[in-house]
Amino acid sequence: MTDAAASPDKITGPTPDTAIRDAERADGPMVAADGRPLKQSLNRALRRQKMRALALIAPLLLFILLTFLIPIGQMLFRSVENQIVTDTLPRTVVSISDWDAAGGEPPSQEVFADFARDLTLAAEQRMHTRLGSRLNYEQPGISSLFRQAGRGMTDMGEEVMESLVAAEPAWEEAQTWVDLFGTPDWQAENADWLVLKDEGGMRFSIPPPEFEFRPEAREALPRTADAFADFELFSRVDDIESVAEETPWPLVHVSLAEDLAANPGAVEAFDGETRARLEAVLPVAEAEMPFDYRAAFAEMDEDWLEVSFWETLQTFSTPFTSGYFLTAADRKLTADGVQMVPEDQRIYGTLFLRTMVMSLGITLSCILLGYPVAWLLANLPLRTANVLMILVLLPFWTSLLVRTSAWKVLLQQQGVINDLLVWLNIISDANRLVLINNQTGTIIAMTHILLPFMILPLYSVMKTIPPSYLRAAKSLGATNWTAFWRVYFPQSVPGIGAGSILVFILAIGYYITPEIVGGTRGVFISNRIAFHISTSLNWGLAAALGTILLALVLVLYWLYDRIVGIDNVKLGG
Amino acid sequence: MKMTKLLMTTTALTLAAGVSFAQDMESPVAGEPMADDLTFVSWGGAYQNSQQQAYVVPYLEMNPDVSISWDERSAEAVANLRAMFEADNVTWDLVDVVASDAIRLCDEGLAMEVDHDEILAPAPDGTPASEDFGDLIVSDCYIPQIVYSTTFGYRTDVEAWGDNVPQDVCAVFDLETFPGQRSLERRPINNMEWALLCDGVAKEDIYDVLETEEGVQQAFAKLDTIKDQVVWWNAGADTPQLLADGEIVMGSTYNGRLFSAIVEQDQPIEMLWDAQVFDLDGWIIPADLPEERLNRVLDFLWFATDTQRLADQAAYISYGPARASSAPLVGTHAELGVEMAPHMPTAPENSQNIFVYNYEWWADYRDDLDAQFQAWLAQ
Repeated sequence: MTDAAASPDKITGPTPDTAIRDAERADGPMVAADGRPLKQSLNRALRRQKMRALALIAPLLLFILLTFLIPIGQMLFRSVENQIVTDTLPRTVVSISDWDAAGGEPPSQEVFADFARDLTLAAEQRMHTRLGSRLNYEQPGISSLFRQAGRGMTDMGEEVMESLVAAEPAWEEAQTWVDLFGTPDWQAENADWLVLKDEGGMRFSIPPPEFEFRPEAREALPRTADAFADFELFSRVDDIESVAEETPWPLVHVSLAEDLAANPGAVEAFDGETRARLEAVLPVAEAEMPFDYRAAFAEMDEDWLEVSFWETLQTFSTPFTSGYFLTAADRKLTADGVQMVPEDQRIYGTLFLRTMVMSLGITLSCILLGYPVAWLLANLPLRTANVLMILVLLPFWTSLLVRTSAWKVLLQQQGVINDLLVWLNIISDANRLVLINNQTGTIIAMTHILLPFMILPLYSVMKTIPPSYLRAAKSLGATNWTAFWRVYFPQSVPGIGAGSILVFILAIGYYITPEIVGGTRGVFISNRIAFHISTSLNWGLAAALGTILLALVLVLYWLYDRIVGIDNVKLGG
Repeated sequence: MKMTKLLMTTTALTLAAGVSFAQDMESPVAGEPMADDLTFVSWGGAYQNSQQQAYVVPYLEMNPDVSISWDERSAEAVANLRAMFEADNVTWDLVDVVASDAIRLCDEGLAMEVDHDEILAPAPDGTPASEDFGDLIVSDCYIPQIVYSTTFGYRTDVEAWGDNVPQDVCAVFDLETFPGQRSLERRPINNMEWALLCDGVAKEDIYDVLETEEGVQQAFAKLDTIKDQVVWWNAGADTPQLLADGEIVMGSTYNGRLFSAIVEQDQPIEMLWDAQVFDLDGWIIPADLPEERLNRVLDFLWFATDTQRLADQAAYISYGPARASSAPLVGTHAELGVEMAPHMPTAPENSQNIFVYNYEWWADYRDDLDAQFQAWLAQ
């Protein structure tokens, strides 16, 4: 290779880079052999090269993207996502935004009316219990409130429906409602669909045609149309039934009465039989209104009138929330801003700190125990070293659970170690050592389990340090210690670095071993994450805790890079 | 079809003379197309084995084409099912869960709501399933199989106790009469109730008291008195092992685990049946199963939850059958020949003082109390 080729700036002729610049500088566009402008033609060649390179790494890129980045991203996204509230209660979150909790009164009838409608649809779609579990994370007791509401909502407004039906029995017929709102076109289409369904039998699954409202009917009875649209959506999508087959929910009747009471002139928008039916219920509607939604909810459960419930709902009505992160930091989002949770509920700060400190301790004890072993491995004759190597690797091939359980047998108070110490009269029978179900247990078991991760990188680095260096140092007058500390040790630091990173990062993510031997004070933050993933099902909180843990690792990694330098890490020769 | 029916009737006759009514009836899906490969989810170990022996083996004899594989992940069933639904790929057909998990799965819409009288066989005397199971149907999605209880076992050879023998659950809190380490589960459920019970709160008021901040503090204060003598367990096998090793002198666990330690392994351990907390184990069907798989599951369930099958299960494990009509049919242990009825948590002499666990209350307060409980443990 010549010097010129090594430094492109010194090339005098056109290169792919300079050619474009030259071409731009020239008076006219420079043209390639095929008559295209040179710039275009070069760009194309470059692009093709890049595409080819990309195509080569595409499988790997896709694999990493699909199996690693997307799942992690999705999990992290859960830590802020809160769309279930806006999705399930779209009307309520809008109307509750004006309510002021400081007044000490539950929200207005309008909010309760919106809530009744949202909740009816949610209950029919069986979404209400999911919302209940979500809000229960913020305030205990909400989940059963929502669970009970599932049964209550289908009956809400039944008295109004009964009196409407008493005045005009036709309002109990599904067909009356179809006549009220449906266009003739839709009715014809629906009749065809009903015939199909009759022939289809049990396994029929084609949804009925989408409902078409008559515009003038919708305008005359806006609330009713709105409520009926919910009912129609549910019948069509979830029940695969036509609205012509079932009477609407009682709340649709309540909406009709409300519309008629608010605007008796609405009946003029209709004619024929429908008008007569509307006129027949007009006096009843006026007598029954206004409908007391609050009282209807209070009848289901007094707790619906609790200000604290509405406060929680209002606070968590945004599609994204910082709530999970705040919980993970032992804080709480309330109507008056962020507050610390009561002292007897603060656990996450302690756990994060404990995880970090204990992982550091485990890393240190791995260095202390692993260094001499690695040194032996690197300096013994090959045959002996191989035997030792197998001893190091053997635990690697044993199940983690088996190893951890073995520690249980060894460490417990009636266990092997204590028995031996008592037998040797080192400790008395009454003062057996507590070595398990506390931090000591976690540190001992995890040091043992993670030790190979320290020994292997150390060994591979030490293997590359020529023994002649030590001999040279000694021949120049260094003591054993000086030779080791000034000559050998500095060269083995990259191995310590690599081992420490491996051990530390593995340690802060461990949860099986601490769970088994850690008791109450030797468990890590990962145990809480596992608990929220599989037991409490609060995945949002688990994601927030995971995100914080990930961020902490990255920060430590960055610190490590600043202090030790990541170039100083070697996993092999 | 006729063949199956014939086989069914004959098996029923050979297995249980005298039980004829239920088995003569066909499952509601008989004759429909059915899938042949199913995946059931259970807890592994002796319990899953009892299901295999009592339900699956006889069912496979009648339906040789069917193959059933087990997945031992009931402990994480709710989280796994939720993940499967999010990925839109539900590979499980029938899942064994405890009652509280069934309520949550039902709440989340992950389990199918069932009409118990329609899909389950009536009792031999014709009592509809919903009455035969009675109050144990704690959720519309839940098909109970067994009643187990969480209760205490104690060592019979503790010298420091002198002649005293634990008579009631409050012995756990009595360090003077009964010194030594005890084990409790590392979660608030049951422990809070026992603590209040032994602090003088009436049984029927416990959940009302626990709902208040003072009540929680009262329970913690009671637990504080024994805190440094407690080993906290996570797995049901811990307590029997700790008892057998002499690490602890008494501890709570599932009654079936203590049964194996006492009867099968002959350890110096005795049961304390006082204030035992009943819980249930049963099936749920994942929501929206494809039709053929669902038919097979329903066909299996009709058979596997009938009166005789539930009674048969008690020959392999000391858990009480969930049907009232099964109790008189409970026989002896399959290998040891021990009469099983006296070891059932539901046996009259064992269930003189039971504590009824409030599933719905815990569904509401579990997360909150758990946070407090963990913080208390860490103090």
